[in-house]
Amino acid sequence: MRNLWIFINRYNAFFFFIIFFAIGVILAVKNNSYQRSVTVNSTNEIVGNVYQNLNVWRKYLNLGSVNDSLAAENAKLRTEILSLQHIDSTKQVTVTDTANIPQYTYLSARVIKNSITLRNNVITINKGSADGIAPYMPVISPGKGVVGLVMDVSEHLATVRSLLHKDTKISVNIKKSDALGSLVWGVGNADITRAFVKEVPNHFKVNVKDTIVTSGFSSFPPGIPVGSVTNSSVSTGDNFMSIEIKLFNDFSTLQYVYVILDKYAPEQKELEAKLPHE
Amino acid sequence: MNSRLVLVNIGRWFILLFIQILLLRNLSFYNMATPFVYVLFLLLVPFGTPNLLLYLIAFITGLTLDAFYDTLGVHAAACVALAFVRILFISVTMNRDGFDEPEPTLGNMGFKWFVIYATLCTLAHHFVLFFLETFRLTEISYTLLRCVFSIIFTLFTVILIEFIFYNRRMR
Repeated sequence: MRNLWIFINRYNAFFFFIIFFAIGVILAVKNNSYQRSVTVNSTNEIVGNVYQNLNVWRKYLNLGSVNDSLAAENAKLRTEILSLQHIDSTKQVTVTDTANIPQYTYLSARVIKNSITLRNNVITINKGSADGIAPYMPVISPGKGVVGLVMDVSEHLATVRSLLHKDTKISVNIKKSDALGSLVWGVGNADITRAFVKEVPNHFKVNVKDTIVTSGFSSFPPGIPVGSVTNSSVSTGDNFMSIEIKLFNDFSTLQYVYVILDKYAPEQKELEAKLPHE
Repeated sequence: MNSRLVLVNIGRWFILLFIQILLLRNLSFYNMATPFVYVLFLLLVPFGTPNLLLYLIAFITGLTLDAFYDTLGVHAAACVALAFVRILFISVTMNRDGFDEPEPTLGNMGFKWFVIYATLCTLAHHFVLFFLETFRLTEISYTLLRCVFSIIFTLFTVILIEFIFYNRRMR
């Protein structure tokens, strides 16, 4: 026993290393799993506060481009209102339809922390469970497509797993042909303006500048534009091709995002939980 | 270990983490090279620090970084790896009992010793960091490339900072 103690004491550097390294690795691996209890991340109160204060200053730097994008979206929405009014004016019908509440509600939030330089990027927004945000809600940017999925929620803050993350996979389709694929980022290059659509069946014809939209099979509503095709390659001996796309969204200047609240999401989740697991 | 040294180290911890989180977090060259200058703090922890304390400091530093980077455990593991390499390197290159200098700075230890020391420590740190972050071997070439470029960037910055602040005190 005493010899063992002397042995451990002599090589204490190594044993301490094993212990601490194991804790670190376990934390890192557990971090990917569904349930998390530790909040050592940016939804933490202290960390969130630092980023929120920092953002007060940074907000001004991008004010111009944010204004432009909001104005552009406003213009688009106004045009849509006009066209709707035009149809209404020909035939006034008043319908009190209580069943037909829209399935998706948008909630605007401000980005208080964003990163684009890592392999796994995480965004923090200033809305939390007090505003009705729950994990796995989709997040989009005004008029420019997908941003990511909500990951962790605290009372007033939430972290969003950005599209620029190794675990993010979003179901998309090519607008012209409705071919289904899944959108991933960071395979082979970490250019923040480019992403890949994988698992598209070979027999579809893809042209450069085709638009890619969300399919509605993942939690995103269908038809949200994602990007345009820049390159498609067929790998031999494979039934699927992978398409390189240019994202509409510029992640480096993200300021405001919309979180989409899906009315039927809990119902769908409950229903799909009944499927047998392999 | 006197109290002045402790205060200097606490001050250094805050300044380096401040720079890392607020400034360098947003910085990268072509998404290839990302500097992690906060490793300088762990490199400069005084010589006489007990191993357990050193590991604790490394772990807590890493965990703080993780909170701000939203990568729980990745930086912590990397910092612990750095601490391990640091202990090994110091025990191999110096005799155990008498440390003439209080801390392993460039000015105290000379250019050659410090560069080898910093290179080995940064190497361990960045390898653990990038591979834990990616956590798959299918992107190994890209991860290695990022790792190597980041090591060069970090080392360059660390040695630059050392030259700016410690050269004057060199005897």
